Amino acid sequence: MENVFEIRDLSSWFGDHQILKSLRMDIAKNSVTSVMGPSGCGKSTFIRCLNRMHDMTPGFRISGTILLDGTNIYSEKIDPVYLRRRVGMVFQQPNPFPRMSVFENVAVGLKLNGRKLSRADISEKVERSLVMAALWNEVKDHLRQPGASLSGGQQQRLCIARALAVEPEVLLMDEPCSALDPMSTAKIEDLIEDLSEKYTIAVVTHNMQQAARISDQVAFFLMGELIEMDKSGKIFTNPSDKRTEEYITGRFG
Amino acid sequence: MKKHYSEQLAGLRELVLRMGGLVEQMTRRVIQALVERNVNLLAEVRSMETQVNQLHIEIDEACIELIALRQPAAVDLRFIAAAMKINTDMERIGDQAINIVERAEVLLTVPPLKPLIDIPRMADISQEMLKDSLDAFVNGDDELAYRTILRDDEVDQLKDQVFRELLTYMMADPTTIPRAMELILVSRHLERIGDHATNICEDVIFMVKGKDVRHQGPLA
Repeated sequence: MENVFEIRDLSSWFGDHQILKSLRMDIAKNSVTSVMGPSGCGKSTFIRCLNRMHDMTPGFRISGTILLDGTNIYSEKIDPVYLRRRVGMVFQQPNPFPRMSVFENVAVGLKLNGRKLSRADISEKVERSLVMAALWNEVKDHLRQPGASLSGGQQQRLCIARALAVEPEVLLMDEPCSALDPMSTAKIEDLIEDLSEKYTIAVVTHNMQQAARISDQVAFFLMGELIEMDKSGKIFTNPSDKRTEEYITGRFG
Repeated sequence: MKKHYSEQLAGLRELVLRMGGLVEQMTRRVIQALVERNVNLLAEVRSMETQVNQLHIEIDEACIELIALRQPAAVDLRFIAAAMKINTDMERIGDQAINIVERAEVLLTVPPLKPLIDIPRMADISQEMLKDSLDAFVNGDDELAYRTILRDDEVDQLKDQVFRELLTYMMADPTTIPRAMELILVSRHLERIGDHATNICEDVIFMVKGKDVRHQGPLA
């Protein structure tokens, strides 16, 4: 299978404190990869490295390489804004722009990326993004309402639609369901499975049942190290490493 | 890209059905071979067993993976548990068909002891039971499962009848003993197939109703 990301010998530090330790991972195209592990294992730090979200963090340092389609994303030639258009992100707390309407929340990414689009083009892209985010039917008659008027689950799908509008190749999700109720969670999980037909998705989760449900492959992190990465069927039926087994059976820590 | 849960469940149902179809055909063919005294059909039955064994493993793997990855609950959990148990019963039915193949390989080298009447009837009923039990599984039809369980008595009675009849042959003429014993074993294997179909029906009732009807004597 074709790899979108190839991560080699990736280490990172906040000041003197080393967070990630010599990670080597491949993330396959059009698949869902989950990163799971206990709090503080470095999973969020890791996923944020994939679109350079730490660039502005004082004291943050990185070594090793992250290749996106063969190009090192930390090379000087890469514009982080361009990178983040290709590698979109959805966060734990739904964060629609509170004063913007549902429509504007999705359209804003298109405008901020400086592309000159006609109004009709924007409308079409907004609709398509909302359809892909499985939100269109619920909001099509309320496009002018503020984004913040939607339910938490709808807001999260709105944020996914906003990320999709700029047509990224990869979608990073950092605990995308942990602020949502079970029904909204189920909708997002279904959506993740649907989106993996066209997108490469990397999800951080501390909910291992969720990792099991949605992922093609799962990576288990512990204290900044990648302990094991394999097909989800393998990880959850017969993991290779004893520490993975202890974690997923709840015998850990 | 991963398949949706509902597609994975449908895929499991499909596998169970395919295996059911195969073991059904195995039992039909082996009895046909006996009745028509056609040795060629026996090889066909043996080759089907290879596929059945393959599916036996595949179905268990699919069930384990669904349990591990999907945390099934309620009717989905009962469906997967039923599929695992039905899988074992179907594999055993395949084994019984092979046992009959082995009896047939002996019987077809010697002249027939008598025209076969009750054994094909037993085979018909146990095949119908098997078919109905799988239909009940696919359609979630607990009524059909109940009715099918009741038919097991017919198979048991026919087995006793075959035994009594062959006993008279053996007492009258001890040279018939080897052939009669083979036929008694055939009827025993068919009776076991009926038992496995009964087990499948019990699993279907558990799947549909969440009610365990095993080991409770004759059904009301």
